Amino acid sequence: MTQTQDTLFRTLADPTRRAIFERLCRDGEQTVAALTARAHVSQPAVSKHLAVLKQAKLVRDRHEGRQTHYSAQLGALAPLIDWTSQMAGFWEKKFDALEDLLRRMDQ
Amino acid sequence: MTETAALRSIVVERDMPHPPEKIWRALTQSALIEEWLMQNDFQPVVGHKFNFRAQPVMGWNGVTDCEVLEIVPRARLVYSWNASGEQAENGLKTIVTWTLTSRAGGTHVRMEQSGFRPEDENGYRGMGGGWPRILGRLEDVAAKS
Repeated sequence: MTQTQDTLFRTLADPTRRAIFERLCRDGEQTVAALTARAHVSQPAVSKHLAVLKQAKLVRDRHEGRQTHYSAQLGALAPLIDWTSQMAGFWEKKFDALEDLLRRMDQ
Repeated sequence: MTETAALRSIVVERDMPHPPEKIWRALTQSALIEEWLMQNDFQPVVGHKFNFRAQPVMGWNGVTDCEVLEIVPRARLVYSWNASGEQAENGLKTIVTWTLTSRAGGTHVRMEQSGFRPEDENGYRGMGGGWPRILGRLEDVAAKS
């Protein structure tokens, strides 16, 4: 597992933080205030989670006047897609090897 | 085990033109397992603890800690598949389930590796089905772009 994957897993492991990220995925760009209204935690806590998400490049912020808008960066999930497909690839290869062996066992 | 059911699984299925008895041997005889999967000290005994060993690669020590959990001859084989050594704590903790179903002309072979989760176990507990949803969402986005 690479360091990027570690970071992504760790970042998304926190349920509150993950809920914030999921909300941004589902509903698009949001302000901190809008996210706080749905998050059941204080605004400073939401801001802290957003900072961690930003550090993992899972969200991007955009300043407009006194408001900061956050949006999900789905491309940052790519290392996790790679990871799951690598794991699936492992078993596909092993299935090929099993079939090779079964053919040889016929002889 | 609803918690487990919500975790991400890998499922690989294939129809193989061989009888279940023969595939069962390949799945449960140590020397045969080594030929297609990995070096191992597997024994077809429930509770038997064993390892799969591969060449270490960067970030992985090459050793998998396993325990036989269930055996139904020629039909079902279940073992744990966990990271080992100092990687055990934060590494994979998964279950591999083999199911053989007799079909005309051969056997349907199904492998499910379940229990993929983030490292942080406590954090993972609240995760529910979020992970597949996130990945599904990303796939939707990728398909549109």
